[in-house]
Amino acid sequence: MATPTLPLDRATSATQDRVRDAIVFEHVSIAFDDNRVLDDISFHLPIGESKAIFGIAGSGKSTILKLALGLIRPDSGRIVVLGQDITELKEEDLFDLRRRVGIVFQESALFDSLTVHDNVAFRLIEEGKTPEDELENRVREVLRFVELEHTLDLFPSELSGGMRRRVAIARAIITQPEVILYDSPTGGLDPVTSNTIIELIVKQRDVYKTSSLMVTHRLQDAFTMASHCFNPKTNQMEKLPPGARGEVPMAFLLLRDGKIIFDGDIQELAHTRDEYIREYIS
Amino acid sequence: MELISPADFAKEKIQAVQEYALLASRSLGNLFRRPLYVADMLYQADLIGVGSLSTIALTGFFTGAALAVNSAATLGRFGSLSLIGQLVSISMVRELGPVLTGLMVAGRNASGMASELGSMIVTEQIDAMRALGTDPTKKLVTPRIVATVFMLFFLTIIADLLGLLGGGMVAALMLGLDSHQYWTTAWQILVFSDVFTGLLKPIFFGFIIASVGCYYGMSARGGTQGVGRATTQAVVTSSLLIIVVDFFLARALAVWLGYS
Repeated sequence: MATPTLPLDRATSATQDRVRDAIVFEHVSIAFDDNRVLDDISFHLPIGESKAIFGIAGSGKSTILKLALGLIRPDSGRIVVLGQDITELKEEDLFDLRRRVGIVFQESALFDSLTVHDNVAFRLIEEGKTPEDELENRVREVLRFVELEHTLDLFPSELSGGMRRRVAIARAIITQPEVILYDSPTGGLDPVTSNTIIELIVKQRDVYKTSSLMVTHRLQDAFTMASHCFNPKTNQMEKLPPGARGEVPMAFLLLRDGKIIFDGDIQELAHTRDEYIREYIS
Repeated sequence: MELISPADFAKEKIQAVQEYALLASRSLGNLFRRPLYVADMLYQADLIGVGSLSTIALTGFFTGAALAVNSAATLGRFGSLSLIGQLVSISMVRELGPVLTGLMVAGRNASGMASELGSMIVTEQIDAMRALGTDPTKKLVTPRIVATVFMLFFLTIIADLLGLLGGGMVAALMLGLDSHQYWTTAWQILVFSDVFTGLLKPIFFGFIIASVGCYYGMSARGGTQGVGRATTQAVVTSSLLIIVVDFFLARALAVWLGYS
């Protein structure tokens, strides 16, 4: 896969100077009607780290991503994203922050009336600050990154599920965000396409040092991320030797009944004594 | 079916009214905030205005014709068949033109808006839009409201004219009245308050159609079933509101313009 020359590292290092954590949740709770989805959860995502969020269906995984982006508000608690407390921030004030945070939705959420080009360029077109030729270059660059440069003029309905997911990744990274939120990026995809998506996520993590929160049902995806790194020289994802697996900036977070029951790295996960977690990962 | 307590029902309805009022006021406020999305307004104007033209033309023409046919018997009994132009003219311009145009556009466009925005909600496209830094009320709701208000005004004028034409054709071809007399009486009976009333109503109706359609679309929940429900509710509510607001508007204007 060709690696585009996006100046992502600059944005990331600028943030590193100021804040240590990309995302902080402090005692966050939220309920929908009478259903308490998240109950007093606290965690943090350090800059440059990827965190996979697990849990059974309806455990509030996707809700965490929507809270982190300010799409919904918590009933109580505090959420800090890239050093900015977003808990009470007004919608208009969130738009600037959202420029620094990308999201890949569960079902891609591409605008079905727009072409791939217009979907990917949506944010830049809306901002109206990018010259036409630069906009074209950036759209082509990110589509090349996800190996879909040939789909520029197609509509989302003309793409396969995996291609839609890759276009959604391209749309999320076009503004060179410092944090990316992935909501079940491999959900409903075949194993080969899932691997392609995971390779893109690993590439994004290792080449551009982007922090990420990834909601997933597939344990093997998170384990692949924890046991592989992207080699820019060979342009491929490579398996790490067993001794080096703790070196990947990758953590795991497990939800149960609205609470966090595990937050740690792959070594801690492998050695946990909690019966539920052991059963979950077995 | 789950039973809901009267208190919860009332709370739900009050909250819906509050949410509708917020959406409507925000979308109006967006007219004074950048960006204005002029291209989206023009696209919607084409979709709503040009797209509804044939429906409105047929509705207006046949309403005027039916009005002439139905009133001919009554007027004939009193030997006042020559007043048919006045009757069609007043009825179309003050009442039937705006109301029927509003109802037809509500059926066609409020449902379209609710289903389009509802689908965007359930497929997370609205969330994606917000995540990409765009205000959906600015990008999706305001252009639809502006386009509907603007186009309904002109569609009503077209419906009025074609209603008069339909009535005129019935008067001349079926009732054997003098065509010149029909158009002269139809024109002369109209005064400022009639035209003003007839052209003020579509502004209110256009706002109702688009804001109700968008509200139900933006508050759609529960997948495709929810979108279907939102579509039905949008048409029913906007049609009912048009009829109710028509009465209060007619009464208020009658008092204000002094023809009550």
